[in-house]
Amino acid sequence: MESGQVIGCDVGGTFTDLILMDPATGEVRIAKVPSTLDDQSRGVMNAVAEAEASLPDTALIVHGTTTTTNAVLERKLARTGIITTKGFRDVLELGRRTRPQAYGMKGDFKPLIPRDLRLEVPERMDAEGRVITPLDEDALRAAAQQLLELGCTALVVHFLHAYRNPAHELRAGEILREIWPNPYVTLGHALLSESREYERGVTAAVNASVQPILDLYVQNLAGSLESGGYGGELLVMNGNGGMVSARRVAEEAARTVMSGPASGVMAAAFTGRAAGIPDLLTYDMGGTSTDVALIRDAQPAVSNEIEVEYAMPIHVPMVDVRTVGAGGGSIARVNAAGLLEVGPESAGATPGPICYGRGGTEPTISDANLLLGRLDPARLKSVEGGVTLQTVREIFAKKLGEPLGLSPEEAAEAVIQLANVKMAGAIRMVSVSLGADPRDFALFAFGGAGPLHAASLARELGVPTVLTPARPGITNALGCLVADLRHDFTNTVGQPLDTLDMGELADTLTAQAEEGRALIAREKVEITDVQVLHSLDMQFIGQTHLLRVTLEGPEISRDALQAAFEEVYWNRFQVRLPAIRAAVVNANTSIIGTRNSLDPARLIPAEHRKPTLAEALRATRPVIFDGQTYETPLYQRDLLPADATFDGPAILEQMDTTILVPPGDRVTTDAIGNILIHVGAAE
Amino acid sequence: MSIDPITLSVIQAGLQQVCDEMDLTFSRAAFSPVIAEANDRSDGIYSATDGALIAQGNMGLPVFVGTMQYSTRVLIEGIAEGLVAAPKPGDIYIVNDPYLGGTHLMDVRFAMPYYRDGEIFCWLSNTGHWPDTGGAVPGGFSASATSVEQEGLRLPPVRLFKEGELDWEIYRIICSNIRVADQRIGDVQAQAAALKVGAARLDELLGRYGDSTVADAITELRGRAAQQMRTYLEEIPEGTHRASAWIDSDGVVDEPLEIRLAVTRDGTDVTFDLAGSSAPCMGPMNSVLATTLSSVYLAMRHIFPEVPISAGAFEPLHVTGYEGTFLDAQYPRPVSGCAAEVSQRIAEAVFAALAPALPDRVTAAPAGSSGNFALGGHDPEKKRDFVMYQISGGGYGGNADHDGLSNGCSTIGISKAPPVEIMEAQFPVLYHHYALHEGSGGAGLHRGGFGLDYAVELRRGQATASFVMDHGRTGPQGALGGADGTVNKVRVIRGGEVHVPPHLSKEQDIPLSPGDIVHVRTPGGGGYGDPLQRDPEAVAEDVRLGRYTEAAAREAFGVVLAGGQPDLAASKALRAG
Repeated sequence: MESGQVIGCDVGGTFTDLILMDPATGEVRIAKVPSTLDDQSRGVMNAVAEAEASLPDTALIVHGTTTTTNAVLERKLARTGIITTKGFRDVLELGRRTRPQAYGMKGDFKPLIPRDLRLEVPERMDAEGRVITPLDEDALRAAAQQLLELGCTALVVHFLHAYRNPAHELRAGEILREIWPNPYVTLGHALLSESREYERGVTAAVNASVQPILDLYVQNLAGSLESGGYGGELLVMNGNGGMVSARRVAEEAARTVMSGPASGVMAAAFTGRAAGIPDLLTYDMGGTSTDVALIRDAQPAVSNEIEVEYAMPIHVPMVDVRTVGAGGGSIARVNAAGLLEVGPESAGATPGPICYGRGGTEPTISDANLLLGRLDPARLKSVEGGVTLQTVREIFAKKLGEPLGLSPEEAAEAVIQLANVKMAGAIRMVSVSLGADPRDFALFAFGGAGPLHAASLARELGVPTVLTPARPGITNALGCLVADLRHDFTNTVGQPLDTLDMGELADTLTAQAEEGRALIAREKVEITDVQVLHSLDMQFIGQTHLLRVTLEGPEISRDALQAAFEEVYWNRFQVRLPAIRAAVVNANTSIIGTRNSLDPARLIPAEHRKPTLAEALRATRPVIFDGQTYETPLYQRDLLPADATFDGPAILEQMDTTILVPPGDRVTTDAIGNILIHVGAAE
Repeated sequence: MSIDPITLSVIQAGLQQVCDEMDLTFSRAAFSPVIAEANDRSDGIYSATDGALIAQGNMGLPVFVGTMQYSTRVLIEGIAEGLVAAPKPGDIYIVNDPYLGGTHLMDVRFAMPYYRDGEIFCWLSNTGHWPDTGGAVPGGFSASATSVEQEGLRLPPVRLFKEGELDWEIYRIICSNIRVADQRIGDVQAQAAALKVGAARLDELLGRYGDSTVADAITELRGRAAQQMRTYLEEIPEGTHRASAWIDSDGVVDEPLEIRLAVTRDGTDVTFDLAGSSAPCMGPMNSVLATTLSSVYLAMRHIFPEVPISAGAFEPLHVTGYEGTFLDAQYPRPVSGCAAEVSQRIAEAVFAALAPALPDRVTAAPAGSSGNFALGGHDPEKKRDFVMYQISGGGYGGNADHDGLSNGCSTIGISKAPPVEIMEAQFPVLYHHYALHEGSGGAGLHRGGFGLDYAVELRRGQATASFVMDHGRTGPQGALGGADGTVNKVRVIRGGEVHVPPHLSKEQDIPLSPGDIVHVRTPGGGGYGDPLQRDPEAVAEDVRLGRYTEAAAREAFGVVLAGGQPDLAASKALRAG
């Protein structure tokens, strides 16, 4: 454990969250301030001030940022040029011949780099890496010069088959180092050395076009922290849930895309490990969308093939967070068939749900929760626009109740029920596509709206337990605080198991582990343990999809591996194919430097806890479940005893979220502040 | 009976979920890249009494949107008439006969009766595109076939699985008649596994809501989907809207084929009358009726994506006048082009007829071809035979909201094209370029998207090239005053001599030697609205990006450029004519 204070800080779209832990005293402090999206570092400094953190006494700061995510999604990118193999400059615009939706022939796509900044030079490798046309170095210099004159600040070099033989890209890199005025040059093969020119090109283009932006931001932040007296290392979260030094983060800037959602999942893994529940489906429901991820044995599923939006594949390792298009702002309506629909349209943040008082007039999931008493109607007093519960009731009556023949409250319950069915379906598809049965997992609920719906969703999915952490509203910052050092390696093997050199495979895995250990040793961060995870991506010969087989160590016999793969295949598809042999496609190693960074019991200070449940009771409120009104107890969450057990219905309120416990479910609390809902376990 | 609308919505979502999960299982477990990567498959739930579509997966290939309900109905009728063996629990039928509610032979349908209490509650069925089912050419797309026997093995409905066990005798007959048979067992098991997953998920749904409630809900949902579709159809002005779409040729006889369509809204229903379309053709551009109907449905779903895929939604749509045309092919007419090409041309006719009637919803015509180029030969370096398929996209039509998308996939598909690097790694070819087809988007207020322009060289060994494409003679149609997109162009450079296929977009077995080059430019989308109304700045931007020449800006858009900027006065004068 570090000797000074440790800070985790996450910048989200709305709030900048900070959590500070002092190992000397065990004290934990928390701050939540508005994000400053023009320059996120101001919000960070505000949070530091709010938490009364002493920067000179701080040993380590870990930071999650949406700088690159926002830059990509809003296309606010550095002016970037690309130099490609002659004949292939349009690859970035042509994509893989797709359309955004299966139905509807409309669709719009804007390439990351416009056509006038895409230049070509003579050079060519074939698929075996043999030179067909040598690199025309003069043409390369001229192209770079032209892009400079066109105002580019970042540059991509993207040659066909560079994953097989990078000689031309490397030579281009040497030349460009002489003439390009800044370090923002990305070679296509450097981040992703795999075939598929569109995916590799987009990954490189994302990297280059966010590099100057991330670099500037991180330098600003480091400067502000330094002037505040901070002398330690600034680490930045990557999308794979690991951290990297701020000094080096911009080199591979694309890896920080999705850093925010990754931190949340890391916090879930940490909490699950501490609570002895290592297999989790995370469920982060916000205002416009819901993020879902899978954690097995306290390790989040990581994917190299994330598509962050339509035709935007970023093929670097990222925590596999899937977004489901339903949030508190999802709009409910009655369609032309006279059927209720929820989503996919969302009221967003503006005008937002009716209950925000910002002019929203469409019934949403949040409004339904309010009408049913699941959210506190007293909240309406603080909103502008004079919205009352009666306003919400009237809109529900008119837009949903009348056409459906239901009372406003019945309509609200219908909205929640249908939303839960749809979200459960989407979560099920995520888990099934990752080869998992949701019933084998606990649901880890966070985000503003997640804990309101989690118990009903769990019932829908057949999930037995819901875990809500001590501080669901600052989960991402917690993720920064507890994140491990992590490096992921993938080498292409591409061989049938029957002819694979098993010794060579073991050597590859061992070399990956050694490289990772060396990288971790270079970081100025104290770690308690180094974990090495080996896995192989396999398939039956002739298939294209992959299944991941985890290994105990780098050594495994051919027969044992075939058997292990067949077992994984059986578990996934209930199909045995004894006549077909397996192939190993990729060898993967993840090196994880574990930090023992936080005692989770400190997240809810023990001194706040009341000895009895009755003392945590704040009030009661009528809440509707299944058409019946229950006078439901409201507990103040941080006052709950550490070993409480009680049955629903109940509502647990805290600053950053509301947890709903339906009738029939049982709640237990644990020593580290988690709330566990045991579905259907009430007596 | 009266089910509350909430239970209805919940059951509808549940049925959809069952189908989506079948789609997912099928793709993930499949071997054939056509299924696993290109998602050329579909899964659904069908009525026990008449095969009517109850629900179908959202990730299925659009061309299958209506077909399986016909194949399931034919199966049910065949069983009733004693032509097909009666089912038992655990049986799975296999059928690929195009004339029994299918598409082409490569689309192999599985159907499994789903039992509750000893009675068939519904059918689960799926279709997967097998990489080969025998016939004259690998892959089944023979451009010069004149009967279905030349296209491959034709299977009537037979029980491939009997009470849960694969019938190895039937399986071996199939394997003896198709190419690359050794991996087919993986796809057969994947296709069956998807149906079994569907059955397991249906068990849960029925267990939860009760069989009779779900059965009632299915009936009710069918009626409501029809009602929903009728509400949308009211947007179409009453009266008749006509259009034609043209197929270059059937690949055998060099004459265009016409799809003549009259769309009439009369009250709450709409009729799509195909009378006057061309007669059945010699070559493989015939369409079987199930595919013809499905093409109309998928076009309507492109226009109204909000409507669920169900038999109810199709109820107000009536297709007539196909008798005796090439859109109702009878045995033994060859049909391999029906799913990939004819279907898209039928959709184009629907779009062209309805664009003036629904200008906010309907786009100008998309490229509408799968752009199938097959290269088969022997690779002496790797010492193996190969068959390579290059499918390609084209421009989409401009529309009320924006310009058309460039290099979009076919109207009836959702699959990605393979990367150049993968093609070069697997086959003895070298691409010279893979680029935007400059100038190909039809001019318009919102112009069409651009097609693809690629040239590929054979590096070693001998090979033959075959093409099944379309829109070589006429481009994808513009709408509301927009210009047509540019036509598809194929050139084969053999020993330095340029060869253009006589049928422009179709030819089979052109011999190639090392160094020979195939050069393909796919169509751009049709333009939408008057090109003279297009923002001169947008025209200048397209010229700056090299998408159009300055001459095209002047001639097609009436925009004069000076130093890269629009000369507004000169343009105004030119546009005033």
